[in-house]
Amino acid sequence: MRTHGARLLLRAGLLTLLALGATFLLDPYRNYQLATATGVFVAVAGLTLLVGLTGQLSLGHAVLMAAGGYGYALTATRVESAIEGTPVADGAGGWLLPLLAGVAGALATAGLLGLLLGLAAARLRGPYLAGLTLALVIALPSVASTVPGLAGEQGVRAPFVPVPDALAALIATEQWHAWLAIIVAACAVTPLVALRAGRAGLRMRAVHDDETAARLAGVDPGRVKAGAFVLSSLAAGLGGVVLAIVTQQVSPGAYGLGFSLLLVVAAVVGGLGSLGGAALGAVLVTLLPWVVDQATTALPADLGHRLAGNLEIALFGVVVIVVTVLRPGGLADLFPGRKHAPEQVPST
Amino acid sequence: MERLVFLLSTGLARGAVLALFALSLVIVYRATRTVNFAQAAMAVAPVYVAFAVTSATGSYWLGLAAALAAGALLGAVVERWLIRRVPRDNPLAGIIVAIGLVMVIQAGLAIAFGPDHRPVHAPFSQRPLAVGGVNLLSPYDLFVLVVAAVVMGGLALLFNRTSLGLRLRAAAFAPETSRLLGVRVPRMVTLGWTLSVATAALAALLLVPTGLGLDPHAADVLFVNAFAAAVIGGLDSPAGALAAGLTVGVLASLVTGYASAAAAPLAVLALLTVVLLVRPHGLFAAREARTA
Repeated sequence: MRTHGARLLLRAGLLTLLALGATFLLDPYRNYQLATATGVFVAVAGLTLLVGLTGQLSLGHAVLMAAGGYGYALTATRVESAIEGTPVADGAGGWLLPLLAGVAGALATAGLLGLLLGLAAARLRGPYLAGLTLALVIALPSVASTVPGLAGEQGVRAPFVPVPDALAALIATEQWHAWLAIIVAACAVTPLVALRAGRAGLRMRAVHDDETAARLAGVDPGRVKAGAFVLSSLAAGLGGVVLAIVTQQVSPGAYGLGFSLLLVVAAVVGGLGSLGGAALGAVLVTLLPWVVDQATTALPADLGHRLAGNLEIALFGVVVIVVTVLRPGGLADLFPGRKHAPEQVPST
Repeated sequence: MERLVFLLSTGLARGAVLALFALSLVIVYRATRTVNFAQAAMAVAPVYVAFAVTSATGSYWLGLAAALAAGALLGAVVERWLIRRVPRDNPLAGIIVAIGLVMVIQAGLAIAFGPDHRPVHAPFSQRPLAVGGVNLLSPYDLFVLVVAAVVMGGLALLFNRTSLGLRLRAAAFAPETSRLLGVRVPRMVTLGWTLSVATAALAALLLVPTGLGLDPHAADVLFVNAFAAAVIGGLDSPAGALAAGLTVGVLASLVTGYASAAAAPLAVLALLTVVLLVRPHGLFAAREARTA
């Protein structure tokens, strides 16, 4: 058990360092894209575990990201103005305190919403849960304009996180934000990996495969399903934090139905249940729109205007259909060996 | 009081469209035990056909006929060529394929017709008629109610009083036995999708003139509300879909009138949540077998 955990931490640390180092090879715009893709990756990682391990399909993970984003922005802004003018605000605490408080706020809001949905999810099967979460996405603009403090369509501002003085000579803002994104991703995804390989993952698979047998073996399917939903919501909330840091803005328009479906696309294309696949899927859904955008500017204005923002959606749709019908394993299936190795079950 | 009567009567007209769309979801659910999450996109595509036909010929009625034909064709093609190939071992595969289909159809429509809202004119006036000084339904609302009643009556006759309806129901409830008795089950499933998408296209066509206009997402909210209605009514109960559709329509109209338009989706969401938590299989559905 201990060696297993140590190996996981070592691998996570190495991957994180590798990602941090890679940011030096990228120009600011690429670093901005990397930070965005990392935020999407964190949310997709939670979603892919939820769908792949427990068989619960959520079409509303964008709302959970938005909940995290709002929780972060509102808490961080509050703390920032509270410490303004005090000695704390002068040093690193000036940006670190609001950041940490914001992350805590994001975890609280996304976790709470996830718990409510999870309690519903524990009782619902496939289409019912998918429909409920879909209704939630459609209702998000209404929530934003009805709940006071969320500022409707316009959304709320998230505080700017400046580059710390010690690093100011070394890296630009975009690269610093990419670092923050990578660190948040490491903190969010490592526990997911550990949980999947451990008892929790075993329970989730047991409930997914045969609920009655799991119940007979002493596993409470309702609790496992609700717990999985909360976990996945926390990950989505942290993804929302990353996007809020990068864009300094949280608005309902950014977390609409289209974006929510893109998260599902990333999870499906990467291979449901695979975290490596989630990373590939997140990069794909972040970069392909940009590639299409670049390609369509070369076309005549009218045609380019029509294709921009639509061509990639159509492509994603085709890919999702093809993957589901022909190759349910997704991209992760293209690298066999790792996935089919028997999962190690820790003996406690 | 006048306001209440007006809101109730418009709510009834909106509810009739909702009930029609919910009924289309129920027809597919009964045929294949899946919720068609692509129904909104599949209903909007025929409305574009109707729009094109109406602008070319100037006749609303030709457009309506074209929408029904296009919806029927689309339903049959999608079932034959796509839904049939979806792996059956994973219950989520159908939903995920439907999501892919939504993206393809909506993006395709936006590329073909441009992303702007296109204003669509109703064949009758939308100004409310005053009865005894109280504003009631508009002629268009009356038209919607009549069309919805005729279509639902027709479908009820088809399913309950004809031999084809008997075969449709048999294929849905006991596919193996029906096959042994000579019913062509795959053909019945295709027919179910045909009827369903044509009905959904009609509902979307009736809805569009009352909204902002035609765009690829015009039926998204209709789908969510109709899904809520179908779930509240129980996914395999046509009568439940009718009752719940009218209820949700009136609820949305009252909330819009007395609170705000933004609160209506929240009310529907709250209603759906409560019903799912209290009776997950709807108010009118037969009880499912216990699992444990």
